Amino acid sequence: MKHRYLPMTEQDKQEMLATIGVDSIDALFSDIPEEVRFQGLYNIKEAKSEAALMKELAALAAKNKDTAANVSFLGAGVYNHYKPVIVDHVISRSEFYTAYTPYQPEISQGELQAIFEFQTMIAELTGMDLANSSMYDGGTSLAEAGMLAAGHTRRKKILVSGAVHPEYKDVVTTYAYGQSIEIVTVPTKDGVTDIEALKGLVDDQTAAVMVQYPNFFGQIEDLQTIGEITHDAKGLFVVSANPLALGVLTPPGKLGADIAVGDAQVFGISENFGGPHCGYFAVTTKLMRKVPGRLIGETVDEQGRRGYVLTLQAREQHIRRDKATSNICSNQALLALAASVAMTALGKQGIQEVAKQNIVKTRYAKNAFEAAGFEVAYQGAHFNEIVVKTKKSVTEINKGLIEKGIIGGFDLGRVYSELENHALIAVTELRTKEEIDALVAEMGAYNA
Amino acid sequence: MHNENQSLIFELTKPGRVGYNLEPLDVPELDLADLLPAGYVREEAAELPEVSELDIMRHYTALSRRNHGVDSGFYPLGSCTMKYNPKINEAVARYSGFANVHPLQDESTVQGAMELLYDLQTSLQEITGMDEVTLQPAAGAHGEWTALMMIRAFHEANGEGHRNKVIVPDSAHGTNPASATVAGFETITIKSGEDGLVDLEDLRRVVGPDTAALMLTNPNTLGLFEENIIEMAKIIHEVGGKVYYDGANLNAVMSKARPGDMGFDCVHLNLHKTFTGPHGGGGPGSGPVGVKADLIPFLPKPVLVKKEDGTFHFDYNRPQSIGRVKPYYGNFGINVRAYTYIRTMGPDGLKAVTEYAVLNANYMMRRLEEFYDLPYNRHCKHEFVLSGRRQKKLGVRTLDIAKRLLDFGYHPPTVYFPLNVEEGIMIEPTETESKETLDAFCDVMIQIAKEAEENPTIVQEAPHTTVVSRLDEARAARTPVLRYTK
Repeated sequence: MKHRYLPMTEQDKQEMLATIGVDSIDALFSDIPEEVRFQGLYNIKEAKSEAALMKELAALAAKNKDTAANVSFLGAGVYNHYKPVIVDHVISRSEFYTAYTPYQPEISQGELQAIFEFQTMIAELTGMDLANSSMYDGGTSLAEAGMLAAGHTRRKKILVSGAVHPEYKDVVTTYAYGQSIEIVTVPTKDGVTDIEALKGLVDDQTAAVMVQYPNFFGQIEDLQTIGEITHDAKGLFVVSANPLALGVLTPPGKLGADIAVGDAQVFGISENFGGPHCGYFAVTTKLMRKVPGRLIGETVDEQGRRGYVLTLQAREQHIRRDKATSNICSNQALLALAASVAMTALGKQGIQEVAKQNIVKTRYAKNAFEAAGFEVAYQGAHFNEIVVKTKKSVTEINKGLIEKGIIGGFDLGRVYSELENHALIAVTELRTKEEIDALVAEMGAYNA
Repeated sequence: MHNENQSLIFELTKPGRVGYNLEPLDVPELDLADLLPAGYVREEAAELPEVSELDIMRHYTALSRRNHGVDSGFYPLGSCTMKYNPKINEAVARYSGFANVHPLQDESTVQGAMELLYDLQTSLQEITGMDEVTLQPAAGAHGEWTALMMIRAFHEANGEGHRNKVIVPDSAHGTNPASATVAGFETITIKSGEDGLVDLEDLRRVVGPDTAALMLTNPNTLGLFEENIIEMAKIIHEVGGKVYYDGANLNAVMSKARPGDMGFDCVHLNLHKTFTGPHGGGGPGSGPVGVKADLIPFLPKPVLVKKEDGTFHFDYNRPQSIGRVKPYYGNFGINVRAYTYIRTMGPDGLKAVTEYAVLNANYMMRRLEEFYDLPYNRHCKHEFVLSGRRQKKLGVRTLDIAKRLLDFGYHPPTVYFPLNVEEGIMIEPTETESKETLDAFCDVMIQIAKEAEENPTIVQEAPHTTVVSRLDEARAARTPVLRYTK
């Protein structure tokens, strides 16, 4: 049967075989030794027509409870934010999504310029000198920051705050093992990094101190102080920051960060069951030549016209091979484009308004929970997440909430034994007063 | 030809314009100064653009017109498998039940997504001949490193942590040695022989008790099948090492030879190449890893399993696991696209894919061999490498040939790779191109070869029709400008 992606006709095939000088396609595979030649066909499902497959997969998708049909209070690193409709229109332009890495700049100026703009927006938001063209996600970006720090300082110990996203910390730990870097967890106190404990742990072997801003529990860390402690020991200060929060928070670059990383999923990128999202990586100028991944730079053509190219490639694997600063090749370019469109749509005013709505609505939720008799675990400043104590298992409560069309908060007991019956509740700008009130009321039913 | 600079979005800014709107705040307004600690309220606003929605669409539409994708025209970029990106994949990945699902929802609410991933895992096991597959790695290089970390854990578990050498052929992608370094290994590079294949004697010379693994791409980056693969696997296994398959070129051998049957212990695939996840201008990718049984205990956590009751579950109880390599479960959206593609093609379709990919490459190779040097003259697989050394003698470099192709609306082949070919031109047509397209491209390549003889200037000064001419890369690196400043 003819396939719609395979244009060759029988006549084409015969003409081509004649040009090659063989009488069958099989002859072209004669170099595969007989004993390893695969016979027959793969034992996988038979092909389906376009319409039948779409119907089948739509039914499979419908088995999932999604955040469009339900009201989500689940965050913990992935958020349900306003996604401007234009984002999908831009990234659906096939000139962007069907292109490869822009290795031929004369016919890739669109991609190159769009990513140059992304680098600029991330540098602006983080207050850092420069940003790269993207990383896989916030977690691997943090891990790469650790490797950069260890290489730069020639030290083999990294202190990671206990209030960093636990899955990010797991990824950092896996990468660190490969590089024989020791990972030490800095304890938390009242939901933030324990400064006194940190002082006791930092030493002359400390390559980096890593914290999250706002941290995994939604709390605002004292970056200024942590940065000073880190720099006193000549380590690098690494901040994993939610870039949307930086619409209103003082950026890491103003508070001593040497490397700022994070995930731009908050800008126009769907939850996608965990990926693809969009890691970012920003540094001070002194670390420019140690950055992992691709960098886009401005230059001119032979007529003096402005143009953009991949630059400082001597850092990268295709040039430096085993001496490269990282092994990253593919990144998340299309998602960086998506994030750029969303950042542009929000713009200078919108990012402030959205970020502020997150804080104010979360504060409303905090007050509402407390008024309903719940204890909110940490009382420090927050962005868009709070930790609510419950009397029953959060997972059990969430099973009840989903029946009411509510996706409940993250069950912290899944990760932290001391935080059983604690829900991490995220309240974004999309949540209405009515929805927050409903959440509090529904959870209240389990708090008797 | 445009003579004006394309505006940056920042240059279109006019204070007061917006491209968004929000519902008005429906809870009591509060002052940020009362909600954040002193010193933590941002004082200087981030200079993001201030433009209208139409401004945004015009800007990005203008940028898109300065970009070439597979839908724009032929893209025979060797080793990148620039095949057609099916539109059904894009539609399915945007189904709300796939796109708008949070990774930390209760498992009972995401069984459809987990079922899809499990079925994809199972299909990839069959396609690679491996015993288990993880979908967690985000891209090919990430998969390479994941597999090497598993090999390292395997050796350590056997009390052989001293194995610190990874062997890589000189024709390998740069990610191979880079991934070995990140996983904590030292790389040993071995030479290719006169025939373009791994030199078995050189391989025997470097193996030993410190061998951790051999990384091999098969067919290799010359597009040639490593015929001695069984012997190579034997050499490595005899000294206790593992054999790693770089699946970058799987498009050449689907349904013809499986890594698992060729003696490989583990493999990574590039779902954004062979399985049509679009390249996206450089990403996202997806780089699943398949392993044989003795590496299963070391798979990254969590492992997706099917329980006896038919439901799906993420298993975190894996004491020998290398740990997590990515938050959540991989680039799910790309995995959805790859799954849709596999289900569209079926077993007959995937076999036809490889057959036509190889037919197309061999056809082009034979049409062009008279006009360009062909260093390795034998049947190729999905791609082949010409040498521009004949044209170089005329003063026309391979780079010039690549730039001249731009004038005809083609994306050039991969050039100067692999490193073991002088003035290399690496052409991979893929199976989705028609004979007319292949012929038209070959005609242009032949014309350029003639131009190199008769009118080299037109090639040396190319491109002539693009929105910018050759860019000053030295200047970009010497005085880096990596962001816009007012």
